[in-house]
Amino acid sequence: MHHVVLERWSRGNSAIHRLDPRAKISALLVFLVVLATAHRNLVTLSAGLLMLLLATLVGARLPLAAAVVRAGIVLPFTVVFVCICWWAGDPARGIALLLKSYLSALAVMAVVSTTPLPALMRGMEMTGSPRFLLMVAQFLYRYLFVISEEAQHMSKAAASRGATSRGLIGSTSRGRSRFRAAAGALAVLFARSYGRAEDIHRAMLARGFQGRFRTLGALRFRTADALFAVLASLAPILWRVAVEKVR
Amino acid sequence: MGAAVHIPDGFLATPVWATLDAAAVPAAGFIVRRAQREFDEGKVPLLGVMGAFVFAAQMINFPVGIGTTGHLVGGALLAFTLGPAAASVVMAAILAIQALIFQDGGILALGPNVVNMAIVGVLAGYLPFYLWGGGKWRKLSLFAGGTLSVLVSAVLALAELAISGVKMPASVLGVSLALFLVSALLEGAITLAVIQALESIQPRFVREPAAGRSFALGAVSLGAVLLAAVGVLFASTGPDGIEKLGRQAGIASHARTLITTPLSGYKVAFLSSSWLSKAGAGLAGLALIYGACLLIGRAVSRNRSV
Amino acid sequence: MPPLIEVRNLKFTYEDGTRALNGVDFRLEAGETVALLGANGSGKTTFVMHLNGLLQGEGSVVVCGLAMEKRNIPAIRARIGLVFQDSDSQLFMPTVLEDVAFGPLNRGMSPAEAAARAQAALDTVGMAGAAGRAPYHLSAGEKKRVAIAGILAMDPEILVLDEPTTFLDPPGQRSLAALLANLPQAKILVTHDIPFAQANSNRAVFFQNGAIAAAGPVEDIAVRFGWEFAVERSKSNR
Repeated sequence: MHHVVLERWSRGNSAIHRLDPRAKISALLVFLVVLATAHRNLVTLSAGLLMLLLATLVGARLPLAAAVVRAGIVLPFTVVFVCICWWAGDPARGIALLLKSYLSALAVMAVVSTTPLPALMRGMEMTGSPRFLLMVAQFLYRYLFVISEEAQHMSKAAASRGATSRGLIGSTSRGRSRFRAAAGALAVLFARSYGRAEDIHRAMLARGFQGRFRTLGALRFRTADALFAVLASLAPILWRVAVEKVR
Repeated sequence: MGAAVHIPDGFLATPVWATLDAAAVPAAGFIVRRAQREFDEGKVPLLGVMGAFVFAAQMINFPVGIGTTGHLVGGALLAFTLGPAAASVVMAAILAIQALIFQDGGILALGPNVVNMAIVGVLAGYLPFYLWGGGKWRKLSLFAGGTLSVLVSAVLALAELAISGVKMPASVLGVSLALFLVSALLEGAITLAVIQALESIQPRFVREPAAGRSFALGAVSLGAVLLAAVGVLFASTGPDGIEKLGRQAGIASHARTLITTPLSGYKVAFLSSSWLSKAGAGLAGLALIYGACLLIGRAVSRNRSV
Repeated sequence: MPPLIEVRNLKFTYEDGTRALNGVDFRLEAGETVALLGANGSGKTTFVMHLNGLLQGEGSVVVCGLAMEKRNIPAIRARIGLVFQDSDSQLFMPTVLEDVAFGPLNRGMSPAEAAARAQAALDTVGMAGAAGRAPYHLSAGEKKRVAIAGILAMDPEILVLDEPTTFLDPPGQRSLAALLANLPQAKILVTHDIPFAQANSNRAVFFQNGAIAAAGPVEDIAVRFGWEFAVERSKSNR
């Protein structure tokens, strides 16, 4: 599964992995903005930016082909719009959408695959994102799979109790009752999740929680990180300037 | 196209994503402060776990007949159980995780996606319940909330794409809107059904809408709803309809300035989808009115109860 | 020497009116391990939640010489550690080290001290290499050990474990028993598992309808309250 793979990759140990998350975040933002605001010579620009990303992935010792394929997760949505643009007589925009969305996804993946989520969140917090929101996101991620497994068990149990394809609109009483059964299952999952949240809170109190989370350590920004941040930001900018100067 | 539109990077025009990113920053600060005032950091686990619940809930299939199934998006359900501020925070966290881990939705596009789904979508979903949830219209307000939360978010996303110059022929637009409407109605039905099931297990989970609503507020909000409905109706009949309405109410020129100023360099975009841009901008404006109403209403009710 | 825990006539009623505890008297001396037996809903878990102030009822609860009052609760929570039944709800931080360091950090230790304390606790439970791992990837037995480490890092005098063997297979249970045997703290084991209770505790008390109906050696209680069958069965399984 996608996130499992990314998580595994993020636990690697290359020079890129060891960079301060803030350096990677700032480089990512510059890359995304350079790409998003570009209009001219897009194909050439994209080719160069792709090379940049591939070089980063190689430097991070990540499997190149797998990463390139995984970034394609953004393609289904984009392809729909490419077709719409084609049909509306604006194929150039379709190509632009394809290139921009794919490269942006690959860039985000490059950062997420080289930075474990807790470190990434701490980097985001130190660059100004609201702490409360980030902590909620961290807890969300922590319990994502726990709750999903519970949901899966419930789904299987329900399916084994009768699996026709009729539903809300198709038949009358049976369809509606299956709809209500699904709603009931969701309500049970809600209640269980809520109960688990209360358990977690009790466990926090039992270990002395008094209203504020305290963290283990701040990040240290080294010269190497600053160097990377500057160079990685300059690269896409200079490339775009070069590309747009031609013609 | 699905019930929740996560716009990737590269789709939106720079003025659009930049403005919405800028708008999302204070909005996020606001919802965090409100959620934290009601809850201290001790409620982080609750919000996080309920966010995980929404994710996981998307695995439970609701049979819709004709071989299709739908699933919960969750903004309205969260608002009815945790309150709108907490619901907004949870939805924002969900969007952040989806963008980062699953590359579902862009990073520069996080602002627009958060505004669409976590801020305006949640507000639009909560408003009917806030106004009419205490009385005999409770079931309808729950259903309407679920419907509106998805519909408003989707229409806003569509409008942002259109303003950015993504040309959508009328037929495509029609089909999209029809699909959004179906998803929205389904969300309403699922939300209502789950709330009812919740109430039979454990009534304490579902909030009581805050007391102290003023009739004036209700009237203004209702007016906004009607305006939105009329707006959509006119937009769908074609550009002339909204021009006429606009000329009579003085809106159209205003909307036109709203669009041309940030998009002066994007003539192509404007020319090809002018009426949709106007409709989109109009709808966006109306959605913002919703939000303003809700905030004003809260301020009013807080003053009253004090 | 005064008892570590002294509870007198503890009564507690839930908000919905259920009377959960009906006058419980209990003592825990230093170094001993007491098993709390009893059917589901008999009040065992409700009782232990009164020992660290998560719940507060009528009657007197004194832990390590401190009366259960609001101002004493932080100090009490540092002295009595509760290991809950579901380890997933206990290991809530993103990494093992951050989780085990949670308690020490809350006690005001510096990040460096807390990290060192956490690593030492992980060594004690035999999970030294797990510091950077995410709790989701651990097995049930490993999670239980990390949960215990999280408590040990706070340097408590009393350990309370609520149904510790629930998700563990027999090797996991034996491993847990061996770990517990090596820990010097006084312990309370809330459990259904008679053989586990028998192997790991000095004495037992039996909860019934929110009060302690009997106290004594595990076998006596098992026989007296009709749990003989379970004891016989488990004896023949060994």
